[in-house]
Amino acid sequence: MKSIKNHLSLVIALLSILFSIQIFTIVDRSVNAYKDNLATNYSLVVVSNSALSEKTIIEADERINTMIELSPDDVIQRLNTGMSTKNMELLKHTLPKFYKVKLKHYPSPGDIESVTKKLLTNQSVTKVENFSQSHDTTYKLLLLFKNVVSLFATSIFVITTLLIFKELRIWQFKHSERMSIMALFGAPTWLRSAVLFRLAITDALITSAVAFGLFAYMSSSSWVLKQFEDIDINIVLFDPLYDFAMLAGVAISLSILLATLIVLGHKEEV
Amino acid sequence: MDKVIIANNLSLSYSNDETIINKASFSINSGSFIFITGASGSGKSTLLKSLYGALKPKEGSLIVGGVELRGVSGSKLNFLRKHIGIVFQDYKLVKEWTIEKNIMLPLIINGYEKSITQNQVESLLKHVRLKHQAGKYPMELSGGEQQRVAMARALSHNPILILADEPTGNLDDYSSQLIWNLLEGANTQLKTTVIVVTHHIPEAMGVAYKHFHIEFGSIHEVN
Repeated sequence: MKSIKNHLSLVIALLSILFSIQIFTIVDRSVNAYKDNLATNYSLVVVSNSALSEKTIIEADERINTMIELSPDDVIQRLNTGMSTKNMELLKHTLPKFYKVKLKHYPSPGDIESVTKKLLTNQSVTKVENFSQSHDTTYKLLLLFKNVVSLFATSIFVITTLLIFKELRIWQFKHSERMSIMALFGAPTWLRSAVLFRLAITDALITSAVAFGLFAYMSSSSWVLKQFEDIDINIVLFDPLYDFAMLAGVAISLSILLATLIVLGHKEEV
Repeated sequence: MDKVIIANNLSLSYSNDETIINKASFSINSGSFIFITGASGSGKSTLLKSLYGALKPKEGSLIVGGVELRGVSGSKLNFLRKHIGIVFQDYKLVKEWTIEKNIMLPLIINGYEKSITQNQVESLLKHVRLKHQAGKYPMELSGGEQQRVAMARALSHNPILILADEPTGNLDDYSSQLIWNLLEGANTQLKTTVIVVTHHIPEAMGVAYKHFHIEFGSIHEVN
C-alpha cells in the first residue's frame, strides 16, 4: 500500500505534465486546422483597370497562392434593364477587371497590410479590398484562444514541476540513507543509484501507459469527436505512434532528470 | 609482517578550527586485533571514520590497505571499501531490505556469483543464529539481532579489515558474546585485521590484542 502511494505521487505529477502537453498539442493542431479552413475561405479582391496576369501577381508577393478572374456577367445581368447586346458588350469592356486573390496561409493583420501595399504598387491595380475588419476580429479571437490555452498549459506545467521538485526532496530523504550505506561498502555511484533510476523509469513507463490509455480513449470518444465535428475541425487528437513517443520521451526524461538531481545532490553522511 | 594501516603525522578535524586527532603516527600489522579506547568525545569514532575514508586527513598521511586516503579519488575509495567490513553502533541496515539482502550487500557490490552469495548468506545466518529470520526486515528484529545482521554483513565478503564502532554498546550479554566470538573467529581463522572502538575491553578475550588509547588528540599504545 505504502509502495503504491509512493509510486502514485510521481505518477500523478508526471501525468499532469503529460496531460498539459497533449492538450496544448491538440489545441495547436485545432488552431492550425482552423487557420487552414479560414485560409481556404479567405481571399482579397483586386480591382484593376486592365487585365492582370496571374504570374505577375504571384510574383508580387510570396504569400500569394492563386489569382482567379471574377466574371462581370452577374453584375451586368443585374444592370440589364432592356439594354441591347451591343451596349451590353460595350459595358462589359468599360467595367474594371475584378480578381480574387488567395493566399497560401491564413494571414496575420500585418501580412494583409503588406500584401495589400504590394498589390497596389502595380500601376493597373486601382483598389484592393482585404476585408480587414472581419479578418482582424477572427484573427484576434483565434490568437486569444491560443494564448489562453498556452497560459493554462504553462501554469499546469509550472505547478506540476514544483510538485515534482517537492517529490524530489522526499525521494532524496528516503533514498539518502540506503545510498550512504551502500557507499560505505564501496558501491559505485551507478549501483547506489540503480534502485532510484529503476523506480523513476518504472514510474515514467506507468505514467506513459496511463496517458496512452487516457488519450486513446479520448480520441475515440464519440462525445469528443462530435465537439470537433461541430466546429468543423478534423484533426488527429492522439497519434498512437508520434504522440505516445513524445509523451513517453518527456516522462522518461523528466524522471531521469529527477533521479540524476537526487544522485548529484546526495552527500555522504560523515 | 605487512602493515595494513600506516599513519604519519595524521591530523583530523571536522572543520578548520578544532583538531580532534593531532599529528598522530602509528601503524597496524596485518592480522592483528586492535582495541581503541578513550573518553567520550576523545576522537575514537573520528579516527575510525578516517580509516574507511568518510573523513579525509587534514594533515599528514594515512595509508589503509595500500591506499593513501589524503585526497583519495572516489573510485580508489570504493576499491578500498570493498575490502573492508564495517560494524556501527547504530547498525546502519537498509530498512526496506530483508536481513538476507542486507547481508548480501557487500557480496553484490563485489560481484560475487548468485550461488556463492546464497551459500555465504545461509552460512552466515546460521553463524549469527538468525537463519529462521532470513526474510524479516530490520525493524522486526531486536537491537541485538540487528547487530548480529550487521556483523554477518561485515564478514560476508571476507574482508581484509573489520572496523567496529562500539559494536556491543547497547546489546544484551548473549548478543555481545556472539559478536565478540565472531570478531575473534574472523581474526584467528581468516587472519582478518580487526579494529574495535570501545569504552570497555572484554575481560576474557580469546585472542592476543593490542590496545591504543586516545587522549587530548594523541594516540598511544597501552602495554
